[in-house]
Amino acid sequence: MISEKDVDYVALLGRLKLTDEERKLYTGQLNNILEHFDRLKELDTAEVPPTAHVLPLKNVFRADRTGPDLAPEQVLAGAPDRDGRYFKVPRIV
Amino acid sequence: MNRRLATGAARRKGYRGMEYETVIGLEVHVELKTESKVFCHSTTGFGGDPNSHVCPVCLGLPGVLPVVNRQVVEWAILLGLAINCRIASFSKFDRKNYYYPDMPKNYQISQYDLPICLGGHLDIEADGVKKRIGITRLHMEEDTGKLVHQGTITTTPYSLVDYNRAGIPLLEIVSEPDMSSPLEARAYAEKLRQIIVYTGVSDGKMEEGSLRCDANVSVRPRGSTRLGTKAEIKNMNSFRALQRALTYEVERQIGVLEEGGRVVQETRTWDEGKGVTLSLRSKEQAHDYRYFPDPDLVPLVIDPAWVEEIRACLPELPEARSARYVEKLGLSAYDAGVLTAEKSLADYFEACLALYPEAKAVANWVMGDLARLLNAAGQSVDQGRVTPERLVGLLQLIDRGEISGKMAKDVLEAMFATGADAVRVVREKGLSQISDEGAILEVIRRVLTENANVVADFRAGKDRALGFLVGQVMKKTRGQANPDAVNRLLRETLQEQG
Repeated sequence: MISEKDVDYVALLGRLKLTDEERKLYTGQLNNILEHFDRLKELDTAEVPPTAHVLPLKNVFRADRTGPDLAPEQVLAGAPDRDGRYFKVPRIV
Repeated sequence: MNRRLATGAARRKGYRGMEYETVIGLEVHVELKTESKVFCHSTTGFGGDPNSHVCPVCLGLPGVLPVVNRQVVEWAILLGLAINCRIASFSKFDRKNYYYPDMPKNYQISQYDLPICLGGHLDIEADGVKKRIGITRLHMEEDTGKLVHQGTITTTPYSLVDYNRAGIPLLEIVSEPDMSSPLEARAYAEKLRQIIVYTGVSDGKMEEGSLRCDANVSVRPRGSTRLGTKAEIKNMNSFRALQRALTYEVERQIGVLEEGGRVVQETRTWDEGKGVTLSLRSKEQAHDYRYFPDPDLVPLVIDPAWVEEIRACLPELPEARSARYVEKLGLSAYDAGVLTAEKSLADYFEACLALYPEAKAVANWVMGDLARLLNAAGQSVDQGRVTPERLVGLLQLIDRGEISGKMAKDVLEAMFATGADAVRVVREKGLSQISDEGAILEVIRRVLTENANVVADFRAGKDRALGFLVGQVMKKTRGQANPDAVNRLLRETLQEQG
């Protein structure tokens, strides 16, 4: 069972601010999801390899070659704040 | 803490007679010298304006698709083989999630439960004792961006971010906690660097950050089988700093325990100037990275034939090269060790040998006078102006008797300083040794006439008189006469006259 405290912790990790209502709502929804997984756990998967990817693909590589970089103005176009050619961010710790 | 620093001994005695042992494991990050980044085509080139080596993929813009650089996978396998790892037949990439602006997408692509290489080892020697250090794993990941703070990270009002480094390929090599002293940790790190440089996957420059070393350190009462609480030490920018930081940290932890305290699990940073480790942030609330398979990247299935193809590209590694110098070239184990310590030096030595197959003579010049000049100038052998061809040119002048071994040292110094070849230095300095027997004989006759009484002494049986006469000849030729020729011609002349 997931508690409201667990939801707060996950919200903290995801930098989400939840209202009391949202916390209750998501606690319920997350518990429903986990209950569903409990049902899936009843299946015998001893012979089934774990899924690393949903597509039947492997070994997709690119050659070690360089290509054009993004123009400076494009790089910083979406930045909320900048200082010259740097991204500027609020104090971290 | 003003107590004496540990010397690197495996066990330390506390004040109260309790003996402690040290447990150290290292995590080494090495930047690969590929042309492009690990998951995109942006350049890995050093320098450049901030945020100039970036593209939508390494900036983490929505809708982009990272694709792994094949060279990174091949070099991971190559280095894995060089450190005796098993290559996984199935491997994948995972997202390591955290909120820290050194990555623009709030996660770093890394490998979690299925790394590409597992279970290797390195043999080290510290204080004359040989030891095998286990390697837990080697995995691929992307480097992070660089943060610029105004002052320190805790007091800066804001930080600036440059993502040029974000996405440069890294290999992380995690050791077992098998090292029991700072000296062993240093020996392991140096050995690992040596192998990395030999394989050519990285330049392994610790000062420039292409090789970075973090350490997990703990102490425990001797004989205890439980590990003590560890601290993770970062920011050690040289092998010397690594050894100093660990020595300090071991003493600090023993001090804490001796005073009845407990060691806190945390990350500490080495302050090179102050010579101390400082707490960065408490790790008691462990990071929760919520790793999960990256859905953008498909798994790697590594077929044994591919591994064998890569194994065939492994260069001769330092241990094998050193053994070959002892067995095939007849060098001492010490000399072979010195010559193979740096790949560039061993390559230089062999380039000389190809032109002049006298291993001992070449080894003596390379390890002696040339190494001394390089060290004084802070250069590595491939940066110096004395190419293998030029060093061999010098040795050939000695062989032909045109200069003495002693003169050759001065000639080498001038070659090193000016970049000229030996023949030119000898000519320009007028150093050429007089081997022309006619010229020497002329001087000998003059010396014998001027020193008739000494000649008489020699004939009366005083052998030492000969040495005086040789000295006079050398003086008159300003040391440029070939001493062997002088000796021989002097005896012959005395016999003829007598």
